[in-house]
Formats: sequence, structure tokens, C-alpha cells
Amino acid sequence: MDTNVKFDDATQKELASFLEKQQAEARLHSTIHNFTGICWDKCVTGTPSTRFSRSEESCLSNCVDRFLDTSLFMVKRIEEQRAALEN
Amino acid sequence: MMTDFLKSSAPTDMNAKKEAVMNAVRNEIALTNAQQLMNSANEKCYKACVTKPGTSLSSGEQTCLSRCLDRYMDAFNIVRRTYMTRLSKERMEDQASV
Repeated sequence: MDTNVKFDDATQKELASFLEKQQAEARLHSTIHNFTGICWDKCVTGTPSTRFSRSEESCLSNCVDRFLDTSLFMVKRIEEQRAALEN
Repeated sequence: MMTDFLKSSAPTDMNAKKEAVMNAVRNEIALTNAQQLMNSANEKCYKACVTKPGTSLSSGEQTCLSRCLDRYMDAFNIVRRTYMTRLSKERMEDQASV
């Protein structure tokens, strides 16, 4: 393969768009790993067994949703406080 | 050299290189993902299974670590599914309110 190959404009645009998508996916993976760590600490407390109990499973699922709710809640609160300051 | 820059590349060479670049990026992302998973599982499972470090890993500890790794993968999948479901739910609500 010729290492002096240059990309034309169309290909450069295609690569830029591809890279952007891949980076977004990498950020998504990172977030999921972060959540898995947080929710493992909250929900999986005993010695690991051969499968999760139903309560462990729902705890993990709830953990993610409640974290996202918390995010939305915090943003709303900050907005309310900011609006109150302006009045 | 300037003349090299002005030469146009054969389409097949360029496409082959483009594919190579894209594959390299895909591979790096996948590798990073696997590394993050392993680092996390390592930390959590060591904490859960090796409470009093001895001079080697006992068979009990090894069994625990094995189970823990499986559970950690399960946890990762549950979290991924929940998060992706939530993301598409929020996206649909955004579109509905437009």
C-alpha cells in the first residue's frame, strides 16, 4: 500500500464524519462503564453468586434511571435558583 | 515534496487506505472498551473476593473471582440496556414535543 496516498475532499469529509460518530460511541461506552461501577457498588453487596437475584437486577436498572433523573432534577433546581435570583 | 501533494491518488489506493484508517479506529475503540471493562471488573472483584490477601489466591478466591467476572459482565449488560432504552425514550419525547 502506498503510504503517500492523499485523501480527496469527499473522503476527508467522510472520515471526519466517521470519526465524530466513533468518538460519540466511545463517550457512550465511557458513560456506561462509569454507571456500571457506581451501580455495582450500590446494588451488588454480598459475595457474587452464580446469577443475580431479581432484586439485584432491578436495583441495577433503577440505579441508572434514578441517576439520570437526578441529573435532570439538579439542572431544574439550578435553573429555578437562577430565575429566583434574577427576580 | 510539493509535486507529490499535487499528484492525484489512484481511487483504489485511497479507498484501501480509507478502509484501513476506519478499521484502525474501530479496533482502538473496541480495545479501549475492553480495557475499561477489565480494569473495572478487576477492581470490584478484588474488593469482593480477596478480603485478606494471602501468599497466593486460594481456590475459593478463584471461584469467587470467576463468578464475579460473570456477574460484572451481566451488570454491564443490564446497565447498557437500561441506558440505551432511556436514551431512545428521551429522544422520542423530544421529537413529540417539537
